Amino acid sequence: QEAQTRPSRCPDNSAFKQQKLPAWKPQLSLASVLSIFFVIGAACLAVGICLIVSANSVREIEINYSDTCSDCSTLRENSSNWNKECYCSADFILKEDMLGDVFMYYGLQNFYQNHRRYVISRSDVQLLGRDVNVENSYCTPFTTYENGTPMAPCGAIANSIFNDTIDLFYNVNSSVIQVPLLKTGNSWWTDKNVKFRNPVAQNLSSAFAGTARPPYWQKPVYMLDEEDERNNGYINDELIIWMRVSAFSTFRNLYRRVSRTGQFADGLPAGNYTFYISYNFPVSKFKGKKYVILSTVVWSGGSNPFLGIAYTVCGTAATLTGFVITAIHLKLRKEKTYFQK
Amino acid sequence: MSQGSGGAEGAPPMPPVGKERQRKRRRRRRKESKTRLVRSNLLPPEAEAEKSKRTVLASNRLKTTKYTALSFLPKNLFEQFHRLANVYFVFIALLNFVPAVNAFQPELALAPVLFILAVTAIKDLWEDYSRYRSDKEINHMECLVYSRNEKKYISRYWKEVKVGDFVQLRCNEIIPADILLLSSSDPDGLCHIETANLDGETNLKQRQVVRRFLELDSEFDPLKFTSVIECEKPNNDLSRFRGYMIHKNGKKEGLFKENLLLRGCTIRNTEEVAGIVIYAGHETKALLNNNGPRYKRSKLERQMNADVLWCVLILLIMCLFSAIGHGLWVWQYGEKKKPIFDVPGPDGKYLSPVLASVYLFLTVIIVFQVMIPISLYVSIEIVKICQVYFIHQDKDLYDEETDSQLQCRALNITEDLGQVQFIFSDKTGTLTENKMVFRRCTVSGIEYSHDANARRLAMYQEPDSEEEEAAPKGGTLSQRDSICSHQSIKVVHRSQSTKTHRRTGSRAEAKRASILSKHTAFSSPMEKDITPDPNLLEKVNECAKHLEIMRSHEQPLSHLSPELCDIFDFFIALTICNTVVVTAPNQPRQKVRDRFELKSPVKTIEDFIRRFTPSRLTSGSNSSSSSSLATSKSVHRFGLSVLSSTSTESTLLKLEEKLSYSAQMNNNGYGSQQGRSPVGSRAEEGELRYEAESPDEAALVYAARAYNCSLVGRLSDQVSVELPHLGTLNFEVLHTLSFDSIRKRMSVVVRHPLTDEINVYTKGADSVIMDLLLPCSSDDPQGKHQKKIQSKTQNYLNLYAVDGLRTLCIAKRVLSKEEYACWLKSHLEAESSIENREELLFQSALRVEKNLHLLGATGIEDRLQDGVPETIANLRKAGLQIWVLTGDKQETAVNIAYACKLLDHDEEIITLNAESPETCAILLEQCLQCVESKFSNNTIDEATGNMTVGFTPLYPPSSPVLSSLGLVIDGRTLAYALEPTLEDKFLALAKRCRSVLCCRSTPLQKSMVVKLVRDKLKAMTLAIGDGANDVSMIQVADVGVGISGQEGMQAVMASDFAIPRFRHLEKLLLVHGHWCYSRLANMVLYFFYKNAMFVALLFWYQFYCGFSGSSMVDQWYLIFFNLLFSSLPQLITGVLDKDVPADMLIAVPQLYKSGQNMEEYQPHMFWMNMIDAMYQSLVCFFIPYFTYYDSAVDIFSWGTPITTVALFTIILHLAIETKTWTFLHWSSCIFSILLFFFVALVYNASCPICHPPSNPYWTMQRLMGDPMFYFTCIISPVVALLPRFLYRTLQGTLFPTQLQLGRQLSKLPPEIRTQLLTKLNVKREITPQTQPFADSFSLNFGLNASGFYTAYNQSSPLPASHQRSESAFPEPERAEHTTDQTVAASPQGALLYGENKDSSAASSPGRSVGFHEMTHSTFEVEALPVETAFPWSSAAHQADFSLLKWITSTPLFSRSGAVLQVPPSSLQNESQDSMSVLGSSLQVDFKGLKEQSANNFQDKTKGIPADNCKSDNSETTFL
Repeated sequence: QEAQTRPSRCPDNSAFKQQKLPAWKPQLSLASVLSIFFVIGAACLAVGICLIVSANSVREIEINYSDTCSDCSTLRENSSNWNKECYCSADFILKEDMLGDVFMYYGLQNFYQNHRRYVISRSDVQLLGRDVNVENSYCTPFTTYENGTPMAPCGAIANSIFNDTIDLFYNVNSSVIQVPLLKTGNSWWTDKNVKFRNPVAQNLSSAFAGTARPPYWQKPVYMLDEEDERNNGYINDELIIWMRVSAFSTFRNLYRRVSRTGQFADGLPAGNYTFYISYNFPVSKFKGKKYVILSTVVWSGGSNPFLGIAYTVCGTAATLTGFVITAIHLKLRKEKTYFQK
Repeated sequence: MSQGSGGAEGAPPMPPVGKERQRKRRRRRRKESKTRLVRSNLLPPEAEAEKSKRTVLASNRLKTTKYTALSFLPKNLFEQFHRLANVYFVFIALLNFVPAVNAFQPELALAPVLFILAVTAIKDLWEDYSRYRSDKEINHMECLVYSRNEKKYISRYWKEVKVGDFVQLRCNEIIPADILLLSSSDPDGLCHIETANLDGETNLKQRQVVRRFLELDSEFDPLKFTSVIECEKPNNDLSRFRGYMIHKNGKKEGLFKENLLLRGCTIRNTEEVAGIVIYAGHETKALLNNNGPRYKRSKLERQMNADVLWCVLILLIMCLFSAIGHGLWVWQYGEKKKPIFDVPGPDGKYLSPVLASVYLFLTVIIVFQVMIPISLYVSIEIVKICQVYFIHQDKDLYDEETDSQLQCRALNITEDLGQVQFIFSDKTGTLTENKMVFRRCTVSGIEYSHDANARRLAMYQEPDSEEEEAAPKGGTLSQRDSICSHQSIKVVHRSQSTKTHRRTGSRAEAKRASILSKHTAFSSPMEKDITPDPNLLEKVNECAKHLEIMRSHEQPLSHLSPELCDIFDFFIALTICNTVVVTAPNQPRQKVRDRFELKSPVKTIEDFIRRFTPSRLTSGSNSSSSSSLATSKSVHRFGLSVLSSTSTESTLLKLEEKLSYSAQMNNNGYGSQQGRSPVGSRAEEGELRYEAESPDEAALVYAARAYNCSLVGRLSDQVSVELPHLGTLNFEVLHTLSFDSIRKRMSVVVRHPLTDEINVYTKGADSVIMDLLLPCSSDDPQGKHQKKIQSKTQNYLNLYAVDGLRTLCIAKRVLSKEEYACWLKSHLEAESSIENREELLFQSALRVEKNLHLLGATGIEDRLQDGVPETIANLRKAGLQIWVLTGDKQETAVNIAYACKLLDHDEEIITLNAESPETCAILLEQCLQCVESKFSNNTIDEATGNMTVGFTPLYPPSSPVLSSLGLVIDGRTLAYALEPTLEDKFLALAKRCRSVLCCRSTPLQKSMVVKLVRDKLKAMTLAIGDGANDVSMIQVADVGVGISGQEGMQAVMASDFAIPRFRHLEKLLLVHGHWCYSRLANMVLYFFYKNAMFVALLFWYQFYCGFSGSSMVDQWYLIFFNLLFSSLPQLITGVLDKDVPADMLIAVPQLYKSGQNMEEYQPHMFWMNMIDAMYQSLVCFFIPYFTYYDSAVDIFSWGTPITTVALFTIILHLAIETKTWTFLHWSSCIFSILLFFFVALVYNASCPICHPPSNPYWTMQRLMGDPMFYFTCIISPVVALLPRFLYRTLQGTLFPTQLQLGRQLSKLPPEIRTQLLTKLNVKREITPQTQPFADSFSLNFGLNASGFYTAYNQSSPLPASHQRSESAFPEPERAEHTTDQTVAASPQGALLYGENKDSSAASSPGRSVGFHEMTHSTFEVEALPVETAFPWSSAAHQADFSLLKWITSTPLFSRSGAVLQVPPSSLQNESQDSMSVLGSSLQVDFKGLKEQSANNFQDKTKGIPADNCKSDNSETTFL
């Protein structure tokens, strides 16, 4: 009876409770250590070399046009001149063909798109085409004008959109051919189709009735691309790309793709080219610079060789360390044998 | 029935037990009177005014829950906000609601805080619910309460019991409230209760019906109870109850604790009791004593908190840096040229740089908040709970015998177990079993050595299974048939009782109801059967025969020879001078048994005069000599009844004669039989059990029973003793002067049935009794003889002490009637006084306990617990200093210390016995100087040790001479040494000793010593004990360990950990302590690293975003990173990682030192981790940075890889630090990574507008299609962790820590490992054996103890062989030697050292010279690896170990290699120099000391006979 009422308090003899679970106890032995180092070294070296090789195959040309267009830049410093147009051009020579898909980026330097209050200054709901009271969003102070007209799109990001227009011309045999550039298809598919929507209405202008363009804009949002209905309003690729705020203050955004038609079916042939720029975006105020970049891509990304170098260095370091460990080991073993005599 | 109930039901819900004090205070204020009035609820209702006053009385409803459904949320939150960290996190979360500074979506920012609060709240809720359930269970237990309407006891729930109710309890029922005992079915108004629930003591305690009700003739009727009880307010003192009962007629009657039945106790051996409820529910003493678990902060946690403060500082610096940076960044653009990306405030105006930086400061505090790890505290709590769970579950810490396992009572100091530096241990019950076994005795100067008994005991020490057969019994017992027969019965009996002998420990109150435990305290089989010494047995029989003859011939007893007289009295004293209760198990005492007319001892002087004037001699009853128990009782009773009614003597005598004659006729046959064969009766009376308050009492009674002098019954006023030939004698107990620790003795005042004299039998510590003996003049031969007896007895006592026996002296005093009358008067006064009654009783006892006649002395063995020497040896190897603080006398303590290897025979013992503070100061000074000089010499040895430092410290070079110092100090000297002026010196000395033994120390001294060491040495202390006297020490120590042993639960209640046996301490400390410490230390460090690393990533980003406080990591990842993604692996590692397997930790106790030296978590490690975190975060930040530099990457497409990289790095970092990988580790790591991807994918696909302002829609999906993401995620962790990995590799190879070596050792193939380990062990064991002095030294020491031994018994060693042969002498001869022995030798110091050298040289003749030298220098270093390693290295080669093994195992040998580099010759010279210097300095010092000690000796010898009183006083103050 006693046994029933008082079961033994002896703990279970299970592996878990006795902390005797089968376990792997890794031992940093010479073999494992050396193999780890050499394997890491070899693998990193291999990957690194691959990456470097592939990064080297990328052709890229970058033109800083904030200096070449200094007239325009001084004009833009005064914001009262926002309505005046200003054009400038930048020539460059392509020494080799740029084969394959050629992407055209605009680059900005010192533009802190990652500023905390800037990053949040947007209304995703509005961009999704829903009718919202932007007053309650993060867009402040770029929500409404003083008369209460809401801005469309609201927020600091949209307000500060990059609004230069860049055209590329191919100068061949004293004739100037405009390189055909694709305006669409540059943004993420999900952005274009999920995150951004125009308000549903008969046409765009009526959809945006009752709203006003952001203060820095020259034209309202439904006139961003009047030629293409599918690239106008909130679903304009340039807007979408701009709204994807960059991680750093120096960044590039995809602007156009070279349409591989006719002469440019294989990419850009070598020769003289000219960028023809409608200069609207002021950068001198914050000591910024603007670039226009033409680049091809490979599987591993762009022309940035850093990752390849990192792998190579790491691989080398690991291999060297492996040798050092071997040396230490040999030295110790020598002492050991001496001791044994 | 109403007034109580109305008040009780309406009473507000009880606050939790923890707030008890507060509540009490409040109540005190409300009510001015300091007493409580209780009257029967059966009386007609009182006036309204009275009623309202009553409302404060608690009902018996138990409510230990903290919350109600309504109060839970506010109350729980309030309690949680007591924690500063929670306030901090809530503050941060609320900061998010301020638009100017917010960093995250405010609701989201609340999530982690709410999560943490919710987890804690749920935990609290669950705990509270289980409390509620157990409360409910207890509240709904049933008991019998008297109902006025039905005029009988009816069954009610406990919770319905009110103060003033009458409750009836049956046998084995649990007492529902504190009840005043008013009636009992017991003939003597007694009630036996078991208090195991309260204090764990399983022996039965007697409670007494209130005196007036005892005299009631009829059955107790609650309806007639009209008295009012006034008693003290509820308090938590279990051992006190005061009050009085005011009867209708205005008479007052005192109430004492003997009248109170305490809630939670169990009624035993009593059929039925009834009483009135005095305290109910939360006001019962049991519940007032119940304070929840203790909260202590561990050392590690203190250190951690300091580092948390550093984290705060780092956080502030980072925030300040960012704020200033942002200010500058804003400032550089000037007032006019505001860039387009600098968003103005809501009002369209730009912030000034200063204001911007102030706002930013707050913002980045939010962003960087994880720097102060929110989950750290919760994680630590979880880990500790799991650790406690695993400690609980350890089978090795379970004691089968008592069915008890370890209990962790303090949940939050598990890691302190791994850092203990000092162990303070009690001796009795902690190191020893506290199961007393009668071993030897001496009566009137003649020693009875009980050899057979000793042999039998040796038998018991063999494993239990073999005992059943009791095979060797024949060998010892065949010589004495009579004994043999009854012993065999007992062997059987023993086997039964082992099974039933189980302790209940502390179990839920409710569950006890069903338990009918039949166990008996302190009646281990060993106590029960004692093989009597044949000589003594013969004498006892002879004595009994004489007595019988004398009684039958009406001769006065004085005709008996003094020796026999003493023997007789000795056994009578053993039998009756105690508080042992005789029980027949399973049977409550029934009222069936006839009541004796003589109810109580003399209560008044009139009573005394009435009862003692007529000389009521037993001469009349001589014929009833050999009557059986029943007859004798009846005769006696009859006689007494007649006497008390003061009838004439003549009728009495006639009547008695008649009766006894017939009795004799009836029982003749049996009577004669009894004398010859005790077997039959013994078998019957084997059913009797003795339950004593202390184990030695029981042991003595069992011993007396072995001599056929058995206690057969004890009532409050009478003791029945059965004697051979004489039958049962009833001793009328007039008074019992109970034991107290100041008097150190107890006495009974009885009237001797044979002589009718009033005898005082006293039993007590020898030191006390010897001073109280009747001074005998040396003129007359009688006195001379007596003196001789005294000195002989003293010698034997010393011998017993040497053998480690507990000694008690038995003495007797015959009081003349006049003396008694005189004393009685004062004693009755003392008894009846309510004000300082204890003090008066004490004085009264002192008056009667003097001029004693010494009868003899007993030696009781308290066996060492299993595994104590091994445990102590191992703990000591682990670098723990063990101090034993005991109340025992010095000789006993020293011998136990030797027995349990606390002191080694090759140790030098410093004994400090000082008579005055001055001598104490001088002694300390000299010892210190002497040790100091040694120490300075030893620095050379240490220097040689230092040369080897770079190599294995597995067996650290402890300086040889120092390690062999032991300090013995007695209580009086300790008191001097603990004076503020001397404590530093004492500590300096004690610190250098390997072990310290404090004898004769009081509980207060124990705690003072612990406190001194804890505070002055800043050391981690552990106190272990089992009794109430250890409670203060346990409470003072950093870690208190209670042994749930024989002496009750007070120690356990006060302790942090309760273990069943001392030997469990080894695994608790060496394994669990080490694991807990190393796990927690590593986890805490890892936590700091993890958070710092993650926060640093965000910090670096500030440099690239204009210090604007933006983060590239999405807020979800940021907030849940700690909570979800990276928490599980570290918890698993914190709970389950094992740096070294348990068997290695036990086999190589030295590994424990890592905890003591805080090696796992040193201050610099925090900074190392911070630096590593910084490096890793730099890597994890800049590799993605440069990879994506000047690309079209958006902020979250760049931040997500960084988060991923950080997670990989953090988990891989943990992987490097994890030593043991079970499937749980694997799965937790994999789970964490999968969880991150899962959450990221789901979150990124969920909805594009749900989580403003961040909008990482489809980011993860897109990244996972990008090879760059994978390349980044692979390279970054590799680069980040390579340095740490390399460091671990190199450090493990070149400078391995002990733990790493232990780990390596455990990885070796089993056969080589065991080979290596056994070699280490053999080496250890050989060390003492190679010293020829080992044995002789102990003997020396012991013999020496016969005199007063003082500091440093240093002289030339006696030849070992002589000493050895002496030790082989049989006992008596050896005793003769002892008396002549004056000064004995103790070989030590240089000589011993030299001896060691020689022996080692002899034992290793084949070794090379170089090695030989080394052996010298490090000989004392235990388990020297050189010799063991050397052969092994070649063995290893043969076994063809791969290269790697060399590298990893090199450290094991490299030390020897390094030592070799020291020129051997110089080494030897140095060590020899040091030795000679040492030797000479010792000589000088010892001379001085010897003079000193000689003086002391003289003083002492003079002082003792001359000034009894003085020494007595001083004894009592310090003992």
